[in-house]
Amino acid sequence: MTQSVAGSVAERTDLPVLKPFRLTAAPRLGLPFTAQHGVLLVGALALAVFVGEAEAGPGVPSIPATLLKWTPLLAQGFALNIAMSMLAMAIGTVLGLAVGLGLISLKWPVRASSWLVTQFFRNAPWLVLLFYCVLLMPFEVRIGGVIVPLPGWLKATAGLALPVMANVAELVRGAVRSIPSGQWEAAEALAFTRGQTLRLVILPQCVKRMMPPWMNLYAIVVVATPLTSIVGVSEAMTLTGDILSSEGRSDLLVPMYLYLLTWFFLYCYPIARATVAVERRFAVR
Amino acid sequence: MTSPAPERDAPLIRMRDVVKKFGATTILDGISLDVMKGQVICIIGPSGAGKSTLLRCINALVPIDAGSILVEGQEVNDPKLDKLALRRKVGMVFQQYNLFPHRTALANIMMAPVHVLGRNRAEVEAEARALMRKVRLDGKEDAYPGELSGGQQQRVAIARSLAMQPDVMLFDEVTAALDPETVKEVLVTIRELAEEGMTCVIVTHEMGFAREVADEIYFTDRGVVVEHGPPTDFFSNCRDERTRRFLSQIL
Repeated sequence: MTQSVAGSVAERTDLPVLKPFRLTAAPRLGLPFTAQHGVLLVGALALAVFVGEAEAGPGVPSIPATLLKWTPLLAQGFALNIAMSMLAMAIGTVLGLAVGLGLISLKWPVRASSWLVTQFFRNAPWLVLLFYCVLLMPFEVRIGGVIVPLPGWLKATAGLALPVMANVAELVRGAVRSIPSGQWEAAEALAFTRGQTLRLVILPQCVKRMMPPWMNLYAIVVVATPLTSIVGVSEAMTLTGDILSSEGRSDLLVPMYLYLLTWFFLYCYPIARATVAVERRFAVR
Repeated sequence: MTSPAPERDAPLIRMRDVVKKFGATTILDGISLDVMKGQVICIIGPSGAGKSTLLRCINALVPIDAGSILVEGQEVNDPKLDKLALRRKVGMVFQQYNLFPHRTALANIMMAPVHVLGRNRAEVEAEARALMRKVRLDGKEDAYPGELSGGQQQRVAIARSLAMQPDVMLFDEVTAALDPETVKEVLVTIRELAEEGMTCVIVTHEMGFAREVADEIYFTDRGVVVEHGPPTDFFSNCRDERTRRFLSQIL
């Protein structure tokens, strides 16, 4: 009834406010992968295996058999990728929270130095940071009387943690800024101190807002771990190279790398899906 | 603190020539007003008159540029002011409720007494439940603010402020964001408070309500108090042209 009236008004009027209101759905923000990519990837893998198979001469082990043979080693390398990504994320998040709080500090020296750290590490290429960490950090450190060795993968993890830190710091700052000022005002009027306001009112609300971008960041860190192969960490990418050179078969090249891609996809795609789910669940009401 | 002992009949809040500027704009241009203990003051006036700013000056949410505000004998315009001590005595309710959306209604009420006053949690919870009954929201203790209507949220906000057992309550256009049918339930709550003797400073556009509850009505425009008086006088024979124009537009 009212709708049909409104509809006729909308047809007759030139006033924008009386026109029907329709919000077009915003395009979904860039996640690393979609399901279609996965189908393409598996299809490409099958094709590559098939083509490689056709090119292979007689008496050579089949490509699927070769892939299967190296799977345990590849899995070992991939486990290192996952371990590095998780550790880098953990370290980066803890440091990033601290730097992020520094970004909103009332003391300007704290704010300025946090800003500098954030900008520096956010705008530095990850590979350059990796090189710096691997080359500048000692191979062992003495803590008290104990000598703690610093293997390459650990140094590389530190290198990955730095950009994570800067990105998390920005996430914290953005989330805090996104909380309506009325929340600060209400807490202030109830005689909360600034620390209490942050701890009890502001930050708990930030967690929800930070969750989706934080998960996205993790997916990005995972796909960045193969960078560490350049600085000599024996992760999946390095091992794939090693396997290829020991096999010495050019027909294995494309299937092998596609195989590796599939591993990453299978790990990251669920994270991307979960991110969307979390985003929907935590959508601000 | 070296605040002088308040005289027997000294006002609870005494503002003298309060000036507040935001940049080049003067929001408050010499406001003076007195609020006695147990009094209900309504502040009315066109939007942009500085009514909300005036309230925010009283609990030091907004610093003033000149003048004096005494709350229970304590100077608010003092750089050494203990703001937290002041705000424990002055409750405030906002137009947009500003409940904490991540906590339940009951938790919203309990947070300040537990964390600010450091009181015993069980004791505070019993009081918070009593406050929920007082604002007629018993049964909604575990609801999150997002699950409550505007009027219900505003009543939780009133209860949250009361939980600090303030000496005076400031209401900043608390019904302006509400649906017409929920305005009444909030006004009833405020009126009950006023009848119990709570000192209230109310910024409102509800003229009928102001006439009913106020002991004194202040009409402000462009940062000054144009005139003030008890509601009967004020509405029937206001002297100033600006007041008359405003009332004729709104009544």
